[in-house]
Amino acid sequence: MSQPFSAAMSQVGPDSDVVVTSRVRLARNISGFPFISRASNPVRQEIMRVVRRAVDQSCNGIDHDQGMRWIELQSAPSRDRILLSERHLVSRHFANSDGPRALALSNDEHSSIMVNEEDHLRIQFLCAGSRLSDAFKEAFALENALANCTNFSFHPRWGYLTACPTNVGCGIRMSAMLHLPGAQIMKETDRIKRAAKELHLAVRGYYGEGSESIGDFFQFSNQTTLGATEDALLEEFNGIVLPRLIGYEREARTAALARYRSRIEDIVFRAHANLSAARLLTADAATKDLSRMRFGVVMGLLPIELTTIQRLLLQVQPAHLSLIDPRSLESEEADREVRATYVRQELLRGTTDTK
Amino acid sequence: MNCDHCDKPAVVHEIVIKGGDSKEVHLCSDHAIAAGYPLPVEQPLADIFPKLGSVAKVEAAKSKERSAKCAACGLTFTIFRKSATLGCPACYDAFMPMIEKVIESAQDGATHHLGRSPVGGAEIERVQNLRVKMMRDLEAAIAAEQYERAAKLRDELKALDSPSP
Repeated sequence: MSQPFSAAMSQVGPDSDVVVTSRVRLARNISGFPFISRASNPVRQEIMRVVRRAVDQSCNGIDHDQGMRWIELQSAPSRDRILLSERHLVSRHFANSDGPRALALSNDEHSSIMVNEEDHLRIQFLCAGSRLSDAFKEAFALENALANCTNFSFHPRWGYLTACPTNVGCGIRMSAMLHLPGAQIMKETDRIKRAAKELHLAVRGYYGEGSESIGDFFQFSNQTTLGATEDALLEEFNGIVLPRLIGYEREARTAALARYRSRIEDIVFRAHANLSAARLLTADAATKDLSRMRFGVVMGLLPIELTTIQRLLLQVQPAHLSLIDPRSLESEEADREVRATYVRQELLRGTTDTK
Repeated sequence: MNCDHCDKPAVVHEIVIKGGDSKEVHLCSDHAIAAGYPLPVEQPLADIFPKLGSVAKVEAAKSKERSAKCAACGLTFTIFRKSATLGCPACYDAFMPMIEKVIESAQDGATHHLGRSPVGGAEIERVQNLRVKMMRDLEAAIAAEQYERAAKLRDELKALDSPSP
């Protein structure tokens, strides 16, 4: 975890101009145990023991080269918990809540299992770009492997049982983090959000449930989990909804550039100038300017690699910044100063690299 | 009062006046139909006051809902309504009518799972409900310092966990 950035959040993939990350998450509960809200701490410990054993038997073992790491969050340092949440590997709620809970994490940080979140298991695969089919395949491969070593709660009528009754059935949540600056400039975001709601999609902010959107990043996910097969749900989301959202954003960008070219160039180059000159920088301000630069990069206005922007978007977050330079933890001013210095250096290097 | 022509209870009662004489007639449903009488329609009270009847029924159902409790994990309806989170797999049956409504409205009217199922799904459900109840009993036994009972429950739980041949 001490490596400065993780695979999924700092890489690029197919359709990365619009799709930042793809994720499939499966909610499962171990048969024969109460759900988390009715589970005492000893019962939660027992659930962790059962899952750990299943992971150890099914995923090339824990702490082996090809296996998974086992991180117990209740005893993990607070910085590690925040790092995981900044990498979108755990929810902010899970990072900050109480009680015995763990994360099983593959070495490449694509696969993970939250243990004792809202459900006993949240099996997740997260990757860069638009790769929902891959994420779907990988998440189910992990789920299958675990199902060979333990039993999941299942009801003949309702399917996989979840603590919140609205997640029953397939217990699957597919999400895509989209970057929508074009829609934002064309003032189409609200219309997209309304259309998404009609299609039973949830639209959330940068850090998922309950979070605000920062820098035109929005997370779209399915809410229907019952009454259709997993494959049908994937086909609907990945085959129909997502391509339309991507197409819509690209059209909005082209239209925006045709109509407001100077305004867009102004926004993009000012963001670059700002980050290249700032001496004090908050995480939010950096995220917003990096989002504007991201737009400039994918539209061919800025000669910087998209991976540089992607990596910086993660590294400007407080816990990641403290990995680069622990002095950022000394005071609020130090945090801003370290961030500004680091971003300045990286942008200088990023621009030179591509020349 | 019985029918004038047989031993069945009379459902039609009439006073027939014929040529200055009055005569009481009592007929069962069969003989009434044969004699060409229309049968009286039985009208229950709830039909006369249909609204009152349904209000009472809804109230009764609501009060049943409110007092519902999961036998396996002890979750009450009040807690479920506050948290929107269930306590264990058996809660799905314990709070059935409400759960049905919640799921259908959240899932666009879908009422049944069509996706993948694990091997041995139904048997798993039976065991999981039993196990949740036993775990709760075990915790209660420990809290009440009934160690003999706790030990017995722990052994039973272990037996339940060991894979059947």
